[in-house]
Amino acid sequence: MKPLRHFATAAALVLGMTGMATAQTLNFAYDADPVSLDPHEQLSGGTLQLSHMVFDPLLRWNSELGFDARLAESWERVDDTTMRFNLREGVTFHTGNDMTAEDVVWTIERLKSSPDFKGIFAGWVSVTAIDDMTVEVKTDGPSPLVLHTATYVFPMDKDFYEEGGAEIAKHGDSFASQNISGTGPFTVASREQGVKTVFERNPDYWDTDSPGNVQTAVLTPIKESPTRVAALLSGDVDFIAPVPPTDLERIESDPNTKLVTMTGTRIITLQMNQTRNEALADPKVRQAIAYAINNEGIVEKIMKGFGTVAAQQSPEGYVGHNPDLTPRFDVAKAQSLMEEAGYADGFSATMMCPNNRYVNDFKICEASAAMLAKINIKIDLTTMPKAQYWPKYDERAADIMMIGWHSDTEDSANFNEFLTMTPDPDTGRGQYNSGNYSNAEVDELTIASLTETDPEKRAEQLQRVEEILYNEAAFIPFHWQDLAWGARKGVMIEDVVNVMNFPYLGDLVIEE
Amino acid sequence: MHIIAFLIRRAIQAVIVMFVISLIGFSIQDNLGDPLRELVGQSVSEEARDDLREELGLNDPFFVQYTRFLGNALQGDLGNSYFFKRPALSVILDKFPATFELVLGAVFIFVSLSIPAGIYCAINRDSWLARLIMTGSIVGISIPVFLTAIGMVWLFGVELGWLPAFGRGDTYEMPWGWDTGFLTWDGLSHLILPSVTLSSIMLPLFIRLIRAEMMEAMGTEYVRFARAKGLSTRRVRYVHAFRNTLLPVVTVGGLMIGTLIAYTILTETVFQWPGMGFLFLEAVNRVDTPLIIAYIIIVGLIFVVVNTIVDFIYTLINPMVKLPGAKG
Repeated sequence: MKPLRHFATAAALVLGMTGMATAQTLNFAYDADPVSLDPHEQLSGGTLQLSHMVFDPLLRWNSELGFDARLAESWERVDDTTMRFNLREGVTFHTGNDMTAEDVVWTIERLKSSPDFKGIFAGWVSVTAIDDMTVEVKTDGPSPLVLHTATYVFPMDKDFYEEGGAEIAKHGDSFASQNISGTGPFTVASREQGVKTVFERNPDYWDTDSPGNVQTAVLTPIKESPTRVAALLSGDVDFIAPVPPTDLERIESDPNTKLVTMTGTRIITLQMNQTRNEALADPKVRQAIAYAINNEGIVEKIMKGFGTVAAQQSPEGYVGHNPDLTPRFDVAKAQSLMEEAGYADGFSATMMCPNNRYVNDFKICEASAAMLAKINIKIDLTTMPKAQYWPKYDERAADIMMIGWHSDTEDSANFNEFLTMTPDPDTGRGQYNSGNYSNAEVDELTIASLTETDPEKRAEQLQRVEEILYNEAAFIPFHWQDLAWGARKGVMIEDVVNVMNFPYLGDLVIEE
Repeated sequence: MHIIAFLIRRAIQAVIVMFVISLIGFSIQDNLGDPLRELVGQSVSEEARDDLREELGLNDPFFVQYTRFLGNALQGDLGNSYFFKRPALSVILDKFPATFELVLGAVFIFVSLSIPAGIYCAINRDSWLARLIMTGSIVGISIPVFLTAIGMVWLFGVELGWLPAFGRGDTYEMPWGWDTGFLTWDGLSHLILPSVTLSSIMLPLFIRLIRAEMMEAMGTEYVRFARAKGLSTRRVRYVHAFRNTLLPVVTVGGLMIGTLIAYTILTETVFQWPGMGFLFLEAVNRVDTPLIIAYIIIVGLIFVVVNTIVDFIYTLINPMVKLPGAKG
């Protein structure tokens, strides 16, 4: 071991002298650490962040929302329902095992048995290894989202997991939740849950073109935002996320730190329950609410500019984004719509919002309640922590409820499937449609878009859906929450962060 | 014999306290929220969540769930934490050293400051320093602890950059599995801000209490008699008068342990101190019910133990005091 280390030091010195980056340590703090080392246990941001450090996906998103080849070197569509992935040669797992098509097939089968991930892979009816380096995926119909879905496939070390125990445990302990072997740029050197996770660079990493020079990365979860910001400003850590809106300026103006922000893709909305409150079943009333709420004002005053004003679900860059739809704030127009609907004297409605789920969630609701009072809608607002909020949400316990949504597939149809299609317990569609909004055309167009492989036709369908939702005021859009990262100057975080919020830390460069 | 009888009584008390606490904890758990939401991702179907709920036994009637819990608890098993996937008891015990050392640090600070300050203020009550301390203690009492904490972080962590602002630093594992931060310089420097913050709640209170008690003692007959007898001022003040001020101070101290534990929750959260209080708040956020219940049971136990110790200390300070409940 020792000679090897000496060699590494010598090599690092030589590289340093020739002006190339030397090995660096990165201390970084997120608001939470991953719940488990098992990449299939929980579908969450934390899990995916971990996956991108210890594993590699078949392909991954780049900053233009296109795909970069990773463990799949290339891919080709064989026919409408078949996609073939050609794997990269010479990739090994941390255990030294070779990565082959067997591992990929095994990983996908495991994903299909994970309660959290199987929804995403529902359309993949069969996965076969054609040879050692080729995997063929067949879908239940023509699917435009095969590549989107493949970004979730992080090949796991089949032999390693089968020997130790491959079971996915949602509660209780399992081999996979404590042990990990992937192909990624880092290995997990030690982990004390909730306190510290130490990553070491994988010396045999296949991607020799990666500019990354982080040798050791230490993740400390810091729950409290002020403490996290303080840790960055005092130099205790090099990189933090998320940055609370109140501290954006502080980090930007500090000579030693920098701020990187990006428009996010999580839409924040209010849903209006048409079965609980008959006034809300009237499209005119819903439009009046849309006109009464000044979401530009909310972004400016409450979010301190930390959001992008929205008039639809799909953010720019998504196929369903309809550029014709713009925010509408006009109290006079709202007033006259209320009169037309026969509610000139207004009505009462209940509203519920979480107070620790989205950025400034309860403040947004308080502001909305005040804005609605101007058109004589009396809002009875209740806010609560998310732990209590979700059961209430499932009960549809209020007339107006808040929900934020990020599309797992980075695709517009996902919004409709969960938020605006007619609720159907059998198919699971409309699971988060607490307003019971229902429009046959929206349902049809969304279903059609799921099997439409012509991008232009698909864009047309999904943009039409946004237009219908806008005209009928199916929900009240506020904004897409921005993303923000803070880093010490010289930590080139801007090159590796992305809209999905899983920084590719393997490629991170720290300058001297 | 007194002591054994006393200890048995206290042990019985502890069991009753913990039983009542567990019952209360169990009956409020439904109001804490739905633990399933924290276990699964957003797009998991309601059906899958129901299956998991059934698997965890959360659909059983209250009585069945509680009996099952009690049966396991009698064998020392307080259930598995949903988040850590390990026995709740061992998760909490792993975090105990951190909290214990934080409380110890805070107690050290406020005891070593409040006693001299209190005595000084009682004896030189009109001096400008005494007035300053008294005014300062009023201000100290009225600042909420999280504000003190954040203020400390900003001043010493960010602006001056003297002390680390979060975490516990390097710890040294002692042979019997106790992680201590007392033995490394890094560990001690991490301890300073949180323990000063935690002591800031107690310090003003104790200065005022010691001052008041000391002033009262100085006016009593036996002090005057001791003086008349010709004892040195030093002996009169620090042996005769001070000893009697300690009794109420220890009583209040025992009661304040509860407050101190409550404030570790806030302090640990701000400083990301990996102790029981931070763990508890996180558990509440995640609706990790087994961990929540285990925590409140352990804290109940700590209460009983601390009060037992306080009763012992009484008898040491004042031999006239009998152990409560012990006959004879």
